[in-house]
Amino acid sequence: MKSFILSTRLALALGAMLFTTHAFPADPDPDPAKSEIWIKVKNSLFEERAIETSGNDIITLDTPVRAEDAATVPIAIKAQIPQNPEKYVQTIYLVIDKNPSPIAAVFHLTPDSGRADIDTRVRIEEYSYVRAIAEMNDGQLYMAMRYVKASGGCSAPAGKDQEAALARLGKMKFRLENEVALNRPNLAQLMISHPNNSGLQMDQLTRHYIPPRFVKKIDVSYSGKLILSADVDFSISENPNFRFYFTPRESGDLKAEVIDSSELKFNSYIRVEPGVTASGS
Amino acid sequence: MRILLCLFLAFATGRALASGFALNEIAPGIYVHRGVQEDSSPQNLGDIANIGFIIGDKCVAVIDTGGSIVIGRKLRQAVVNATRLPICYVINTHVHPDHIFGNAAFKDDHPVFVGHDKLPAAMAARGGNYLNALKRDLGAATQGSEIIIPTLTVKDVLELDLGGRRLTLKAWRTAHTDNDLTVFDEKTQTLWLSDLLFTEHIPVVDGSLKGWLSVLKEFPGIKAHHIIPGHGQPDPPWPQGLQAESDYLNVLLSEVREAIKHRQTLQQAVDTVGLSQRNRWLLFDSFHRRNVTAAYAELEWED
Repeated sequence: MKSFILSTRLALALGAMLFTTHAFPADPDPDPAKSEIWIKVKNSLFEERAIETSGNDIITLDTPVRAEDAATVPIAIKAQIPQNPEKYVQTIYLVIDKNPSPIAAVFHLTPDSGRADIDTRVRIEEYSYVRAIAEMNDGQLYMAMRYVKASGGCSAPAGKDQEAALARLGKMKFRLENEVALNRPNLAQLMISHPNNSGLQMDQLTRHYIPPRFVKKIDVSYSGKLILSADVDFSISENPNFRFYFTPRESGDLKAEVIDSSELKFNSYIRVEPGVTASGS
Repeated sequence: MRILLCLFLAFATGRALASGFALNEIAPGIYVHRGVQEDSSPQNLGDIANIGFIIGDKCVAVIDTGGSIVIGRKLRQAVVNATRLPICYVINTHVHPDHIFGNAAFKDDHPVFVGHDKLPAAMAARGGNYLNALKRDLGAATQGSEIIIPTLTVKDVLELDLGGRRLTLKAWRTAHTDNDLTVFDEKTQTLWLSDLLFTEHIPVVDGSLKGWLSVLKEFPGIKAHHIIPGHGQPDPPWPQGLQAESDYLNVLLSEVREAIKHRQTLQQAVDTVGLSQRNRWLLFDSFHRRNVTAAYAELEWED
């Protein structure tokens, strides 16, 4: 009798399995304009303003098609024009439709940024459109987007070594990617050691939700002039990492000030001299 | 007569399906089911990891439960077929879904669920995503699979007595994950390494590459007659069976360090590192790029 029940269960399971197989065709990417969350985000950020999408010559977005590691998905935003004082990208909105907090980052840029390129890494909760919307200094809007598939069960947007992440919190590193040349855009990298957690996790012992702890604001300046100011949240991966450009006119200090959700402040700077490759923390 | 025939057929089908769940007694009282070397799919229902159980004189310890409740039920049936003794422990060797999602099949046995001291936190952080992915990737057949948090946790070493049979559980520092647990059976000198050892199937880094390499250095010092890896052929030669995994992890370490030194981006490293290893491993394309990503994120903070 036991076996009979078992086989009935298995038959049900097999039936469900067949059903499931049919229910999973090779899905085409969903219609990006019909994403409900996007419609809400769009209305709150841009109201009725028109956004140019297809084949625009202002901004591109590179992501992997599949997120190999959902906790660390590399994102590259590239501007197709230099930052001229007459015409430049003033703001870039990074939106991940299906994340718990879809507006992952808002980057404010200036002509001193040189190029409005930003490389970073994000968490992606589930199959989702990722969008980069560039707002020009004249208010025009341009969007690039990619559909990203998370890669499977093992891959979760959580940290790999939670204790180590906390132990190193607040450490920062700056790196210049090449010898510095004056009066043209130079590539820099800012690394911030921070668990950047969402606070959506429950502590199993106390049954309380772990409070969120994430980097919320980053200001980068060179010789006192703003290069990049970013409002970010826990959609950015653990140990937030940004590559960006700045245009030095003379020797000076590249400085970063970071504030996290507990109002803790972290500072870092690096001395920049023409012809020198440097890194510091 | 017809009813009897139906019952007979049902019984025969049940047996056939149960026997479709192959089980190997690799040492007296130690049973291992080998998962297939594939990604989890609606076809295999998450039956991709090596799982099993150990029978003592008083009771049974289950070690990992498979990637869905369906696999957990098959494993439970295999226990029932092998012994009348109760199941007193369900041990999870780490947080990955292919090792824990059969837990719910054992709930009615009221075993003590056992895991690494950091397993509850990892389950809390990842459980929601794992359940979403399970539903999305394996489908409705896996309904009823649950995250079950261990109530007995291991911070360093813990001994469990199954009656005339002592198991030594050891919690490791961060390696494959930050919650890896091994089980050693003294009676047969069987070392259940689970995912700290991959054979054939490419190793997966989800904790710390450097941590894992340092843990691997301790293993050859352990005297063991039987070795059970989390994926791939059980009973590899010991300790030579560690070599392939250790070689792969060392290649990752040196090539990712080199990429960072030459200021390659994460994406560039992912596109170039470790490709010489492709022909040595099953499922290379499913996991290698992830491994490079994890290694890069860890190693860029060196110095």
